Amino acid sequence: MSTHGTANRVGLALTRIPGLLEPLMRGAQTVLGSARMPWVFLAPNLLIFGTFTFLPIVINFYYAFTGGVKLYPSERPFTGMENLATLFECGSYFDPSSCRQDIFWRAVFNTGKFALLQVGLMVVLSVLTALVLNRKIIGRGFWRGVFFYPVLLSPVVVALIWKWILQSQGVLNGLLVGVGAQPTEWLTSASWMFFWVILVSIWAHMGFYTLIVLAGLQAIPKDLYDAAEMDSASPWRVFARITLPLLMPNLLVVIVLAMIRAVQTFDEVFVLTGGGPGSATTFIVQFIYETGFAHAIHQYGLAAAASLVLAGALLVLTLLQLKATRSGGADK
Amino acid sequence: MSVRTYLLRTHGRTRLDWTDWVSYLYLVVGLFLMFGPVLWIVVSSFKTNAALSEFPPSFLPAGQKTTEVKGHEGRLPVFVVKLPDGTTKEMVELRRIGLNATMVDPAKPDEEVQVNINDRTKTRELRVATENYTQLFGKFSFGRYLWNSVFITVVATLITLLFNSMAAFALSKYKFAGQKAVFLLIIGTLMIPPTIILVPNFLVISNLGLLNSLWGVIWPAVATPTGVFLLRQYMLTIPDELLDAARMDHASEWQIYWRIVLPLTAPALAVLAIFSVMWRWNDFLWPLIVLSKSELFTLQLALNSFQGELQTEWNYLLAMTVITIIPVTLVFAFLQKHITTGIAASGVK
Repeated sequence: MSTHGTANRVGLALTRIPGLLEPLMRGAQTVLGSARMPWVFLAPNLLIFGTFTFLPIVINFYYAFTGGVKLYPSERPFTGMENLATLFECGSYFDPSSCRQDIFWRAVFNTGKFALLQVGLMVVLSVLTALVLNRKIIGRGFWRGVFFYPVLLSPVVVALIWKWILQSQGVLNGLLVGVGAQPTEWLTSASWMFFWVILVSIWAHMGFYTLIVLAGLQAIPKDLYDAAEMDSASPWRVFARITLPLLMPNLLVVIVLAMIRAVQTFDEVFVLTGGGPGSATTFIVQFIYETGFAHAIHQYGLAAAASLVLAGALLVLTLLQLKATRSGGADK
Repeated sequence: MSVRTYLLRTHGRTRLDWTDWVSYLYLVVGLFLMFGPVLWIVVSSFKTNAALSEFPPSFLPAGQKTTEVKGHEGRLPVFVVKLPDGTTKEMVELRRIGLNATMVDPAKPDEEVQVNINDRTKTRELRVATENYTQLFGKFSFGRYLWNSVFITVVATLITLLFNSMAAFALSKYKFAGQKAVFLLIIGTLMIPPTIILVPNFLVISNLGLLNSLWGVIWPAVATPTGVFLLRQYMLTIPDELLDAARMDHASEWQIYWRIVLPLTAPALAVLAIFSVMWRWNDFLWPLIVLSKSELFTLQLALNSFQGELQTEWNYLLAMTVITIIPVTLVFAFLQKHITTGIAASGVK
C-alpha cells in the first residue's frame, strides 16, 4: 500500500505544474469563449499527431514514388512505381538471390519465418505460464513479477545480456564444457543465431503476453470449474472443454498483437547480431533503416517503398485484430 | 505449526498433489531462466579484465592475482613458484620466453630468477573490480550519456502527462461537434507504428532544425494515443456535478482542469508516468536516427556504439549495462503492481 501512496503523492505533485499556465489559458477563454475551450485543450496533442504522424504518412507516399538521393521533396524527381517495381523485381519470389533487392527479400522471408515461430512458441509458453500462475500457489504476485521483469529491459540491454552469454568464451559454452560437451560458436552460425534470436525475443516479451492471458483466465467463471469437479472430469478434459474454448477470444487478440510486434522487430536483433551472420537475421525494419539511413547512399525512396510494404502487412494484421476483438466482445 | 506445513499448506486442501510439485518446479526453472541472465551480467560487471577472459568462466569475480613491483610498470601477474630447494614462494612474472619465465620476489625487486613455467601455479584471488564503475565517468563521457537519457526521459514524461491529460479532459468532460471523430483519429494513430514513417519523420525533424537535438527525440514522442485513452477512461468516472459546481463559482475552464480533474486523476497519471519513463528510457531506433553526434548519445545509443567497436572493453560495457538496468529495476521493484494493473486495464504496453 505504501508504494501506492508514494506514487499518488508524486502524481499529485506533478498536477501543480499546470497552474503556471493559468493566466494564458484564462486569456484564451476570454478571447475564444468557453465553448471553444475543448479545442484549446486538444490543440497540443493534435499539433503533435499532425506533425509527426499524419503529415509523415502523406509524405511517405511522396518519397515512395520519387527517386534520387536528395532528402528535400522539391529536389526529388517523380519516378512513379519505380521504387516498388525495384523491390518486386525477382526471377522467382521464392528464391531471394534471384531478386534485384535480394536483401529485401531475405528480410521478408526472415521476418515471416521469425514471426510465425516466435509468436507460435511464445503463445504456447505464455498460456502454460499463465495456467501455472492461475493455480493456488504461494506468492503469486512474486512469481508473476519474475516472468514480467525482462519485459521492462531495453532491447539494447537484452541484446547485450545475451551476447555476453552466447559469445565463444561465454558462460553457455562454459557450462557445455563443464558437462563434457563441445563448445559451439553460437554467434557465427547462421542457423544457431536464428534460433537464439527467437529464444531471446521470447525471453524478453513473454511476460507481457502472459499477463494478458492470465487476465483472460481469471475472467472465466469459477462455477464452471466447480461443476466440472462435481462431474470429476479429468484436468485435461477441463482444459480442452472449458479453459481453451473460453480463452480463445483472448488468445486471438494475443496472437495478433504479438504478430504486429514481431514483424516490426528491429532493435534487440540489430544489437545482438547486426543482421548477421551474412543476412541470416536481417528483418524488414533493419532493411528500411539501412537503406534510408545507415548506408553511404541514402535511398529514401526505396526505404519509403519498403515502409509501404510493411504498412500493408500491418494493415492486414490490424484488420484481423479488429475482427478478433469484435468476436471476443461478442462472447462476453 | 512447523515451517514445512506452513510452506506446503494450500487453500482448502491438506496436501500437495503431483500437479503442485510440477507447478513449483516450472516456477523455479522460470525464476532461473528469467533472472539468471541478468544476475550473470551483474556478477560479470564486477570482474577484472583478467577474470573476464578466463574460460570456462567462474561464477564469482575471481581471477589471477596481480600486484605492483617497484621499478616496473603496471600490475604484474603473481604465481606460486616451487624453488629448487623444495620450498614454495609467491613471485611475480616480469617476462616470459618459451618455457622460461623471468620472475622476482616483490620484496627483493632486484634479484631476477629464471623459473621453468611447469614449476609454478597461478595465484588466484577474489577481487571485486569496482573500478569498472568508478572509471566510467572519467574514461568515457558517461556522465554526458546519463544526463542525455535522464533529460529526455524526464522532460518527455512531464510534457506527455500535460498534453495527454489536456486532450483526455477535452474528450471526457465536454460535448462538442467533432468529438467522436477526434477520439477515433487519436486512437487510430495506434495503428501507425513509428517504424513505418521513419523517412518522412526524418524530413520533418530536419526541417524543424531538430536533427542532432534532444528535442528531436522528445517532441514526436509526447503525444501518445495510449496515454490519451488511459486518462480519458479514468476521467469518465469523475462525476460532472463537481465541474458544474465549480463553474457556478466562476472557475475558469483551465482551473477546473488542473484544480479539480487532474488531482482526481492522479492514480491514472502515475500509471502513464511509469509507462512513459520506461518508453523513453528504453527508446532506441528513433534516437539512433536523430542523434548522430556522440556527445548527444543516450545510454542506449552509447551501449550500442561501444559493443560495435572492434576492441570492445567488456568490463566497462558490462558496468554501463548494469547502470542502465538500475532505474527499470527500481521501477519494477516498487511499482510492479501499477504496471500490471495498467496493462490489464489498457491492454497496451
